[in-house]
Amino acid sequence: MGLVESGRVPKPLSKLLNLSRKYSIWAYQWGLACCAIEMGAAFASPRYDVMRLGVIPFPASPRQADLVVIAGTVTDKLAPAVVRLYEQMPDPKYVISMGSCANCGGPYWDSYSVTKGVDQLIPVDVYVPGCPPRPEALLEGILLLQERIAHEDMAERWKGEPIVVN
Amino acid sequence: MTAVSDPSQLSDLVAEATDTRVNLDFESEGMTLNMGPQHPATHGTLRIVAKLDGEQVISAEPICGYMHRGYEKIVEVRSYPQINALINRIDWLGSFANEVPFILAAEKLMGVEAPPRAQWIRTILFEMSRVANISLFLGDFGLQLGGMTAGFYAFRDREHVLNMIESATGGRFHPNFDRIGGLKDDLPKGWIADSHVAMDKLLAFCDEMEDLLVGNEIFQSRTRGIGVIPADIALNYGLSGANLRASGVDWDLRRDGCPPGLVYDQADWKVWTHPDGDCFARTWVRLQETREAAKIVKQLLDTIPAGPVMAKVPRIIKVPEGEAYVATENPLGEMGYYIVSKGELVPFRVKIRSASFNNISIVPWVARGAYVPDLISILGSLYFILGDIDR
Repeated sequence: MGLVESGRVPKPLSKLLNLSRKYSIWAYQWGLACCAIEMGAAFASPRYDVMRLGVIPFPASPRQADLVVIAGTVTDKLAPAVVRLYEQMPDPKYVISMGSCANCGGPYWDSYSVTKGVDQLIPVDVYVPGCPPRPEALLEGILLLQERIAHEDMAERWKGEPIVVN
Repeated sequence: MTAVSDPSQLSDLVAEATDTRVNLDFESEGMTLNMGPQHPATHGTLRIVAKLDGEQVISAEPICGYMHRGYEKIVEVRSYPQINALINRIDWLGSFANEVPFILAAEKLMGVEAPPRAQWIRTILFEMSRVANISLFLGDFGLQLGGMTAGFYAFRDREHVLNMIESATGGRFHPNFDRIGGLKDDLPKGWIADSHVAMDKLLAFCDEMEDLLVGNEIFQSRTRGIGVIPADIALNYGLSGANLRASGVDWDLRRDGCPPGLVYDQADWKVWTHPDGDCFARTWVRLQETREAAKIVKQLLDTIPAGPVMAKVPRIIKVPEGEAYVATENPLGEMGYYIVSKGELVPFRVKIRSASFNNISIVPWVARGAYVPDLISILGSLYFILGDIDR
């Protein structure tokens, strides 16, 4: 594992590792508002069925998760909890920001209590637009994330240095 | 005090005294259990701080505000059509039901009445959103009590209603279909027949849930006699909706205070109550309400009158000076908007009376003395939506 930790991995091995990581994403559902229901429809309903994409949406805690889906409005009161959740996740970790509220504040762009974009708090990999996005949109976001994982340079991502926002 | 001569008896006494001292050292104020702000049983971001004595809850305090988005302040700088788009997101499971009381209050101030066809379609969509809302409750409550299957079934059958709402309004979740003076569009072709089919599927879903969930022995043992709310306490705390009817109070705004503009009197339906007031009663009343809602939709679909769906209103909506309060029976309970207008493009003040905020106010009362697993039953059966609490 020493090779992996330092990031110097032979290319075929890194491809294989990325492939296996891509199809075994444990997604933590951080459902906050309306988007939580659409996320539930995407993750737990037989019609959309996210497990066929290799995503397991039932980790018991963020400490077991690779991916967190921030689905809904992040308010200033909730912001410390979001940061704490992200810090609890083990590296390498990914974030999908789902819905306009989490992306940029959405319809509450001039509200006094809403955080205008979760990317002010934690680094976001994929933004899914919509208010709320349809379940298919979230599935596409997951596919984009898998694409990203497949072409990831481990030396860059697995360095272990924390990503600083702002 | 008697003298102790036997050494073995003496050692027993010493051991007992030590035990007592140790126990005294370990004795504390009890344990504080923090549930949330993200917990599956709290439907989002409600936080419950419960003080426990062993397994029993001494006090439970809900801490809300994690989803406060400042609605009442935002709407002071939004025009009426913009507010209509925004308030869909208060109770996000039954979005259409949020629009109706606001639009009715604005219509009341403007002195406009929607044409009969629009009133019929409004009532139909209102009840459809009730079906969409409560069917998810049935699945979600099962999920919280450990029955995963109910959740999958609810998500499966809820899609039928969402499809109908989407094909009529264009929005799967947030329709934004109401306008002051009527509706945005007429119904699409073939919608009425499709809705009949969808409602039949939902009625079958209710039967299935009755067998699978409500009739389940484990479910009953976890809900019967748990979290009992007597009728007078429920009234004092301002509960409304199914939570109140489950305590035996026969009160439904659809029948007892239906504002003009909704045509519930044109359908034959029944208000269900349950005398017990426990978690089971609340679930059972909601199940019957879903059935009744589907029946109302089926009856109204056959009697939609012909005509326009939009009354004559000015292009730029200016609501004349005045105040109006209109409340309707939303899926979660009484929801009302109190609009104060100064005759401008934007309202001067809008007070939103949402059902969930009052419904969770009873949590400290009802959770006292309950056991920790029962807390999940109580919270789940009270059925609140976080957006509806915090707005």
